[in-house]
Amino acid sequence: MARKITYSQAINEALAQEMGRDESVIVMGEDNAGGAGAPGEQDAWGGVLGVTKGLYGKFPGRVLDTPLSEGGFIGTAVGAAACGMRPVAELMFIDFMGVCFDQIFNQAAKFRYMFGGKAVTPVVIRTMYGAGLRAAAQHSQMLTSLFTHIPGLKVVCPATPYDAKGLMIEAIRDDDPVIFCEHKLLYTMEGDVPEESYSIPFGEANIVRDGDDITIVTYGRMVHYALDAAQKLAKDGIEADVIDLRTTSPLDEETILESARRTGRVVVVDEANPRCSIATDIAALVGQKAFKALKAPVGMVTAPHTPVPFAASLEDLYIPSAEKIAEAARAARS
Amino acid sequence: MSIQLNKEQLLSAYRSMRTIREFEERLHVEFATGDIPGFVHLYAGEEASAVGTMSHLNDSDYVATTHRGHGHCIAKGVDVREMMAEIYGRATGSCRGKGGSMHIADLSKGMLGANGIVGAGGPLTCGAALAAKHKKTGGVGVCFFGDGASNQGVIFESMNLASVWRLPVIFVAENNGYAEATSSTWSVAADNIADRANGFGMPGVIVDGFDFFAVHEALGEAIARARSGGGPTLVEMKLSRYFGHFEGDAQTYRAPGEVQKLREEKDCLKRFEERVVRAELASSDDLRKVDAEVKQLIDDAVTQAKAAPLPPAEALLTDVYVSYP
Repeated sequence: MARKITYSQAINEALAQEMGRDESVIVMGEDNAGGAGAPGEQDAWGGVLGVTKGLYGKFPGRVLDTPLSEGGFIGTAVGAAACGMRPVAELMFIDFMGVCFDQIFNQAAKFRYMFGGKAVTPVVIRTMYGAGLRAAAQHSQMLTSLFTHIPGLKVVCPATPYDAKGLMIEAIRDDDPVIFCEHKLLYTMEGDVPEESYSIPFGEANIVRDGDDITIVTYGRMVHYALDAAQKLAKDGIEADVIDLRTTSPLDEETILESARRTGRVVVVDEANPRCSIATDIAALVGQKAFKALKAPVGMVTAPHTPVPFAASLEDLYIPSAEKIAEAARAARS
Repeated sequence: MSIQLNKEQLLSAYRSMRTIREFEERLHVEFATGDIPGFVHLYAGEEASAVGTMSHLNDSDYVATTHRGHGHCIAKGVDVREMMAEIYGRATGSCRGKGGSMHIADLSKGMLGANGIVGAGGPLTCGAALAAKHKKTGGVGVCFFGDGASNQGVIFESMNLASVWRLPVIFVAENNGYAEATSSTWSVAADNIADRANGFGMPGVIVDGFDFFAVHEALGEAIARARSGGGPTLVEMKLSRYFGHFEGDAQTYRAPGEVQKLREEKDCLKRFEERVVRAELASSDDLRKVDAEVKQLIDDAVTQAKAAPLPPAEALLTDVYVSYP
């Protein structure tokens, strides 16, 4: 039965249900419980923003606090996965991938191929992304495209509590390494989530709004901005198809192309920087495979080619807005 | 120190060391013909380290090795013919020709792989040990790394994590004196790599890596401690490699006659033979018989590898994922 819970609670529930189902699922990361070795409360934090809170008590010995050393513990999760575990490791902020990327893209992503198909590495790396918390240049990035570029990784970016639970369960059960990207400003978002366990297959985009006049393709937090833009456009009589990719690898090319061929106009919205991004990737895909159906150039609404600024006045300009999306859609209509 | 091993165990250890030596000496010759693609880093000279360690391990123990990994793979029981085929890039190789010399792995034998990234095996070994601890297999993880990797941050992170979590890991630093063309006496700021163990709350041990029996004894102790929940150990092997960093390395950075002197005075196979023959635990004839069998094995492995098929074109696109819609 569905009831309203937050995006954060949905992820926690997915972890709890999978840990209950499968002994080999363990959770690890910096302060995933919190308070290790300290005199006060154990499970003091449940992760820096509380996503794993409560699991420590429910699953003794299976929620592991790590020293602050991402290269060490992310690699440990990868090694444990290759040896029969299903670790869910938390890389606190996606910006920290710089100190452990080798273990993700040279190790986890490549074992299966390098070893001739004789390895499975079912590790999930949970990580927080996105701007809007005034957290500045090293705690706010949207780096999904870097992971998406790497063969061997799957990249998941849920936009709603429902998707967060279903995609997390799928990620844990999947036999390949999965990068699970959580937007820090979505954690408090509420939505209908069934209590029972369910999974959402990778590579199946969600058409979150139907319309025949223009296609807006996006993922993650930008899905909500795209929906706001679509409402504005509807007032002008423009009906937008809004596609939530859900996963950037695998990518649901068919859903994008079907919509693009139907509407003939496409705007891609990406919170990331513009060069070599999901936005450019989708634009290239549509240009290659739906060119004849296009009635206007593919529009892109992205962050600028800058780091994320600190000052609120600048960060608000940095993040794509519903207004900018609507403007790009109108431009594609003119 | 008396020899605790029986004749069968001694001959098995000798066979393993001789197989590594023959494998590597043969690759040195074959590489020069131009038939072997890519980079090849030979382990000859260091055999006692791999075999003395691995003689304490079984298939439920995991080992991560380095770009110089052939010896560890052979000692851990990876099929020699499949390894040779892999190095030739053949479909019959350990990794179906998709890994090559630097990525030979066999998880069914507990071999987590050679690795092209210096130091990367540290965390992977911690992961293997964590899995063993969680699944209560009694298994341990052994991380082989070089003097170069001893300066990598991820090795420090792994030693700290292993100690904090009291993981059954043995860190084996094979200090062969050179990281590529740089001397470890220059690049390692401490007198010994083993001295760093204290900073990570674990015992540090220095071992003569040319002496199989010294390795066997030291690792026996470290592995037993790890298995019984006593936590990790850092072991530094003092040894040397007989060939260059990779094949084609002219080794002009080494002293004239350095390798020749090592071969004459330190060689692990010679020392092993002197010791067991003197103790009358095996005869030189026993060992020559092993030599002949090993030579035949390597001959066969090379012949078979050269005759084996290349991977088919469709293999380019397979094995990227377990499933991908």
